Amino acid sequence: MTTESFPAPDIPDESSGFDLPEPFLGWFASRGWRPRPHQLELLAETQAGRSMLLIAPTGAGKTLAGFLPSLTDLTARGKPKPGSADARSLHTLYVSPLKALAVDIERNLARPVEEMGLPVRIETRTGDTPQSKRARQRTDPPDILLTTPEQVSLLIANGHAERLFAGLRYVIFDELHSLIASKRGHLLSLALARLRRLAPGLRTIGLSATVADPEELQRWLVPQAPDSDELAGRITVTGGASPIITILETAERIPWSGHSARYAIPDVYQTIKDHRTTLIFVNTRSQAEMLFQELWRVNEDNLPIALHHGSLDAAQRRRVEAAMGRNELRAVVATSTLDLGIDWGDVDLVVHVGAPKGASRLAQRIGRANHRMDEPSRAILTPANRFEVLECQAAIDANYAGAQDTPSGGDGGLDVLAQHVLGMAAAAPFDADELFLEVTSASPYARIDRDTFDKVIDFVATGGYALKSYERYARIRKRADGLWRISNPQVAQQYRLNIGTIIEAPMLTVRMTSRKNGILSGRGGPPLGKVEEYFLETLSQGDTFLFSGKILRFEGIRENECLVSNAWDQDPKVPAYAGGKFPLSTYLAEGVRAMIADPSKWGALPDQVTDWLRMQQEVSQLPARDSLLIETFPRGERYYMVLYPFEGRVAHQTLGMLLTRRLERLGAQPLGFVATDYSLGVWALEDMGAMIKGKRLDLGLLFDEDMLGDDLDAWLNESWLLKRTFRACAVISGLIERRHPGKEKSGRQVTVSADLIYDVLRSHEPDHILLRATRADAAQGLLDIQRLGAMLKRIKGHIKHRALDRISPLAVPIMLEIGREPVAGEANESILAEAADDLLAEARNPR
Amino acid sequence: MHGTIAALGADPAPTGPAAVEIDVNGTVVICDRAGVLWLPASGALVVSDLHLEKGAAHARRGMLLPPYDTAATLARLGEAITRYDPRLVISLGDSFHDRIGSQHLPEPYRQALQALQRGRDWAWIEGNHDPEKPVGLEGAWCSELHLETLVFRHEPRPGAADGEIAGHLHPAARVVRRGKAVRRPCFASDGKRLLMPAFGSTTGGLELRHPALRGLFDRNELIAHLLGRDRIYSVAFNRMNG
Repeated sequence: MTTESFPAPDIPDESSGFDLPEPFLGWFASRGWRPRPHQLELLAETQAGRSMLLIAPTGAGKTLAGFLPSLTDLTARGKPKPGSADARSLHTLYVSPLKALAVDIERNLARPVEEMGLPVRIETRTGDTPQSKRARQRTDPPDILLTTPEQVSLLIANGHAERLFAGLRYVIFDELHSLIASKRGHLLSLALARLRRLAPGLRTIGLSATVADPEELQRWLVPQAPDSDELAGRITVTGGASPIITILETAERIPWSGHSARYAIPDVYQTIKDHRTTLIFVNTRSQAEMLFQELWRVNEDNLPIALHHGSLDAAQRRRVEAAMGRNELRAVVATSTLDLGIDWGDVDLVVHVGAPKGASRLAQRIGRANHRMDEPSRAILTPANRFEVLECQAAIDANYAGAQDTPSGGDGGLDVLAQHVLGMAAAAPFDADELFLEVTSASPYARIDRDTFDKVIDFVATGGYALKSYERYARIRKRADGLWRISNPQVAQQYRLNIGTIIEAPMLTVRMTSRKNGILSGRGGPPLGKVEEYFLETLSQGDTFLFSGKILRFEGIRENECLVSNAWDQDPKVPAYAGGKFPLSTYLAEGVRAMIADPSKWGALPDQVTDWLRMQQEVSQLPARDSLLIETFPRGERYYMVLYPFEGRVAHQTLGMLLTRRLERLGAQPLGFVATDYSLGVWALEDMGAMIKGKRLDLGLLFDEDMLGDDLDAWLNESWLLKRTFRACAVISGLIERRHPGKEKSGRQVTVSADLIYDVLRSHEPDHILLRATRADAAQGLLDIQRLGAMLKRIKGHIKHRALDRISPLAVPIMLEIGREPVAGEANESILAEAADDLLAEARNPR
Repeated sequence: MHGTIAALGADPAPTGPAAVEIDVNGTVVICDRAGVLWLPASGALVVSDLHLEKGAAHARRGMLLPPYDTAATLARLGEAITRYDPRLVISLGDSFHDRIGSQHLPEPYRQALQALQRGRDWAWIEGNHDPEKPVGLEGAWCSELHLETLVFRHEPRPGAADGEIAGHLHPAARVVRRGKAVRRPCFASDGKRLLMPAFGSTTGGLELRHPALRGLFDRNELIAHLLGRDRIYSVAFNRMNG
């Protein structure tokens, strides 16, 4: 049951000069179909030897378009002679970010291949494929292999790679837009560079949703040469009906802050009742849990409403997906696990709870509703607070304008390169000069310099330390012939176990158990899913929390499982953990800023929001488009400074860290800060407003771009954020081993702590290649330094300060967030001191 | 509350003590924030789980961890020995990360270690990582050692073990206040037994709630002495979560 279905009936054929060969033509005709122009164009271009990017909305027959070149080529070729080179090599590789998508595609391709009787063998290969089948695929490969990026890396690191890929003609990348913006994409780009060396004539086909920068994808698909920009061809399919998007209409009061959208539950429930099948998207797992719970609380009609998110048990997710495919559900509450292209039955409405955070994300999620290209999708946005109303409106405007804000892939990670280098040594001895040329032909690595590349090789060989004490333990060695080889077969074994770039936080299985007369049953019940270990570490026995749509009682941790029992509480004691939140995209931020600054655009907004903005105009002023508004005011015994940069939570958090350091030095005695997607609040013991007026605090200096220099370095070095990033880099680069399920039992006291390695490296080798990789990652993702830098530049000389005697309307949302986040800096030591003081007090006054 | 908590050091009140004096089975011992235990009456300094040459041990198996752990551990050990100038040093097992660690010990480290040993007695206690006497180093080798009212061995023995000072488990405590958790290595003692924190530079920790620690302590009397940046923080096991 899938949408990427085959061509829609009768779209006029504009490509008169070119048509499909038989038996394809007859097969199309027999179903009353005609090939679409973009399908024919892609076929013609690839037959002429070009690599191509196809950008098309869902429902445009993208998948078939991607496979037509292979299918026609294989049909023309016929079955190869057993034992011939063609029979011992793959013809086409299809790479998808999701296992499920590969399996889905196999089902969909099987039908036309069978009906036309094509001489084509298609198989899948994923992490779930049995060992025996994988071994057989290496010696007796199918014509078309449908697989995932990690499997491609494993295949090219194998001794059979040269033969297996010698006859490779096509590589198809599905959902390319979602692949490239991650380390997974970096690793895949390196694998593609190797495939091109093994099969110099191969053509690539990228299939993608609409993206902000299509040229980045076009570069990614073809080899890059020094100093020149090589691009694959591009076919863009536009059209399809515009979606109909509205903001939820409600008589309820929209809250100032928070992300729960509880106020909207009755209205959301009503829209579920009014539609056939509703997909409800939220941004975080905890929101999904909460919303699901709340919907069932009001579900008087017992409508089948289900829950779907990444940490639920796989079997449970499959059941939801199957029920969805059979159209048995009325609504599914989901996180980004449902973002990508699999099909989910007849969804006729998408409800987005919370702001979508990005225009492209919204467009893709809306695309889940109604997969037919010519009918409009329907979506209702449900803002959780007043700022989100503005953001939802900006997202709707962006959607009608067709604006895109997909993230860019960035420069290739050095940790990923280290993994690849070890893999290439495992495949066959390599020459460093040749490998450097190969690596720099991959677009994410086109700018890497030779010195860095050599450092990566040194790292792979002996750890890359200045202290050369590991020469005798080297994993790869340069032999007399000048080629690098692995030192022993165990190295290749180790590589295979640690492949991939997806680093999960340590997770524990949540298992249901029962208690009788207060005693836990020895046998475990069904697994409910997985939770990050760090979350569980804050729980004590008896604490209740929300997971898998149930309120659970935490019973304890046994080996690598978290045992829980049913709790009968109405409300969980511990708020569910937040999971990852997407920061507001730059594009939408600009939209929100523009909307606030221009009252003539307020027409589309609900009255309660325009009233709020008008009040702000009277009491203080509206943040203008190209300046930064800073308000200061006293409240209680503290003094507050609230700024409105609209640059997203991540950039604000970084700014908050740096700003409090500077304010500390200037004697303002800051106590803490809190950041949202829109604003940043700092509180202090000193009156910052008076300091600014008395010229003791210069805002120009405070917000000078130089804060991204020394202050940033100083802060980064102490930050736990960097430790977390380092752990991922250490695992990807092969410095420490991945934790494998079941291996945790061996006693965690002997496992290596990445935090400690980080500390050791920082004090002994501050320029180590892995620390460089870590800082680069943090600058891009965790800290949003680029964005912060652009903001500081933009506001230079355009800072507007308002000294107020009390809180402004626009400051209310952030003031309500205060108290939810701990004070930074000395907080850890002060928490310990507090705990120790308890004990001293107790010691003086014995129980 | 069993035992007494007395703050040592010149300026105890605002900053807190760099070491605390406690009573274990009738013997006064001092838990130092450097992770060493000092027995004033016998002039003995106890360290546990040095895990020397851990980096090299992993490198031999293909994981190229930074090679600086031994130097860092020895430097910290040197500071503590200079500070206390002990008559006897007890290394409470797992002194080397693996069996051949002492054999392959690079010469500069060997000399540094020998310099620390000079002029004092040294006892190597057998550990699970190093079941044999270190090669080419001075010192007595034993599986356990009795001193005052205490018995020193690497692995704690469940059941009655009054006065047992052990290592092996790398105890760490997690303190939660205001929704934020802080985790540090610690000394753990209920007044009868004491577990030493691991001294090695790249050793992880095991939380006090871990099943491996079950049955070792009277949890009502158990106090964790956490190693802070500049001081020791003493927190009762029952008060870890506030």
